[in-house]
Amino acid sequence: MFARFVLKRVGAAVLLVFGIVVVTFALTALLPGDPAAAQLGDRASGDPAIVEAYRKAHGLDQPLWTQFVLYLVHLVQGDLGTSLQSRNPVLSDLAQFGPASFELAVTATAIAVIVGVGLGILAALRANGPLDHTLRVVSLGGVSIPIFWLSLIAVFLFSTQLRLFPSSGRLNPGETPPNHITGLYVLDSVITANWATLGSSVAHLILPALVLAAPMVGLLLRFTRSSMLEVIGNDYVRSANAKGLPAGLVVRRHILRGALVPVITVLGSAFASLLAGTVLVEQIFAWPGIGSYAYRSASNLDLPAIVGVTLFVAIVFILVNFLVDILYGLIDPRIRTS
Amino acid sequence: MTSAPIIDPKIEPDGLPTAPNRWSIRVRVPRAWRRPLGIAGVSIIAFWVLIALLAPLIAPYGPLAQDSPRFLPPSPEHWMGTDGVGRDVLSRVMYGAQISLPIAVVLVVLSVIVGGVIGAIAGYAGGVVDSILMRVVDLFFAFPSIILAMAIAAALGPSLTNAVVAIVVVSWPSYARVTRSLVLSLRSSNYIAASRLLGTSSARALVREVVPNIAGPVLVLATLELGAAVLLLSGLSYLGLGAVPPTPEWGAMVSDGARTFSNWWVAVFPGLAIFSIVLAFNFLGDALRDGLDPRSSKSLSDAEI
Repeated sequence: MFARFVLKRVGAAVLLVFGIVVVTFALTALLPGDPAAAQLGDRASGDPAIVEAYRKAHGLDQPLWTQFVLYLVHLVQGDLGTSLQSRNPVLSDLAQFGPASFELAVTATAIAVIVGVGLGILAALRANGPLDHTLRVVSLGGVSIPIFWLSLIAVFLFSTQLRLFPSSGRLNPGETPPNHITGLYVLDSVITANWATLGSSVAHLILPALVLAAPMVGLLLRFTRSSMLEVIGNDYVRSANAKGLPAGLVVRRHILRGALVPVITVLGSAFASLLAGTVLVEQIFAWPGIGSYAYRSASNLDLPAIVGVTLFVAIVFILVNFLVDILYGLIDPRIRTS
Repeated sequence: MTSAPIIDPKIEPDGLPTAPNRWSIRVRVPRAWRRPLGIAGVSIIAFWVLIALLAPLIAPYGPLAQDSPRFLPPSPEHWMGTDGVGRDVLSRVMYGAQISLPIAVVLVVLSVIVGGVIGAIAGYAGGVVDSILMRVVDLFFAFPSIILAMAIAAALGPSLTNAVVAIVVVSWPSYARVTRSLVLSLRSSNYIAASRLLGTSSARALVREVVPNIAGPVLVLATLELGAAVLLLSGLSYLGLGAVPPTPEWGAMVSDGARTFSNWWVAVFPGLAIFSIVLAFNFLGDALRDGLDPRSSKSLSDAEI
């Protein structure tokens, strides 16, 4: 039963990834601009013979569907092309910048879950009171604030003025990163017991993670609140209250258990909003992650890199949603049958 | 929404008879607008619409005029100071409303049309058509909106038009989902069946019977998405992939001020403008959503999440 559910989800995810590949291919093939000219640069693309040779070597003279098959073969081999600006294979660029973004995203998610879910529970328990109304404004403010503007203000206040946190990068200039084990500086410095680096990497991480968490807090707060209210309206909660159980017990045993499970489902889409913010936040905090890489690629018209990033992030997004689905099915058996 | 309801006006959808007093319906302020958040939202939006309309009359300086000293802090002559080339920030923020508001509306209207048509077809046709269209919607949902928009904007070149195209490409799927689920719940209803039995074509049934009934929830989603559209547009402009200098677009102005943030006023005021208008759209959308009946608001939040 559960195996079938997982299998169906795997099938859907694989189909989606294939669709993503088709769209990104269409993006490279159909958009204006000659890839040969872009790869070769100005001088070489002036010579028709060189351009012709390049087109032949890369299959660009073949019909579109042959090009697509070629593209697929390259993808399966892990070849995403070569970045025009870094001159490295796009895949190795992604491997280099991925861990930094992962560290930032996970930290922001952890902050957002603790704050957002916590405040959401509070708002639901005090529904329609002054606290609830205040939290509603907080939640709407979180999803409304332009994240690049919030980043700038955070840097100005906490780094430039108060000097509480460093304003850019993952470590101070000149500091050596911890030995590469996971690529996550915080985790690596704990593993290698490098306490000075741990302090520095945590200090660099806090500000961008807090900013990045802001929209997600808004989203989670509102979702947790409505999920809680839905459960509180149930008969079994009323019965629990009616038979005189202590309020705290009812909240912990009867309400939270039912209300917090659906919150898992929203994590997938909350993660998407996080990804959107990453580009802007990483750029402002000079965080050397996928977002900064995407920005540099886009502003330098580096098509192989930007397509690679799009593909990579879309696949990560599908993977996260797949895991959320499976986790939800694991916790709530009703989902498996529907 | 002001057109006469298709169903018997004396009967509310929930079956309760009401007095057929058309006038009282006409002059009544929508309930959502009477909620505090709704009032705040409508007032802020009205304020910005006024600013946008009156900008040429009330702005103290031209939006591109470089006739003041550089980086003057806020003062009675320049309420929001001046920027790096001696332009008045207040005037530019005012003219910025002429860009952000119409573009946000155009964006949302385009997305509603594309998403609404596709969602309505999927929901009404059902079967294979529905499955295929919804897989396409899933596909576009999976794309990271800002990165796809960046890729499109980068490939087509930075301009406001290309940013609009990019944002429409990433934002129509949520309308398709909402429209589909609403149409799906209406499709099997008796009055649609009755109208079909009377010989109405499917296209006519969609337009005459279905559209009036889903307009409300779609409008609420559109209001909420207006805020998202302004944010995405200003984000792209901040990255230099939307409005190009010297256009007084708010996101581009924040980007301009970011380089010299010690002169905080250059970046802070345009950002505050973005924040206030997005917040206003979200206030209004939130109040409108509360006013919807629970079933449509459920399909709304399901599609949004």
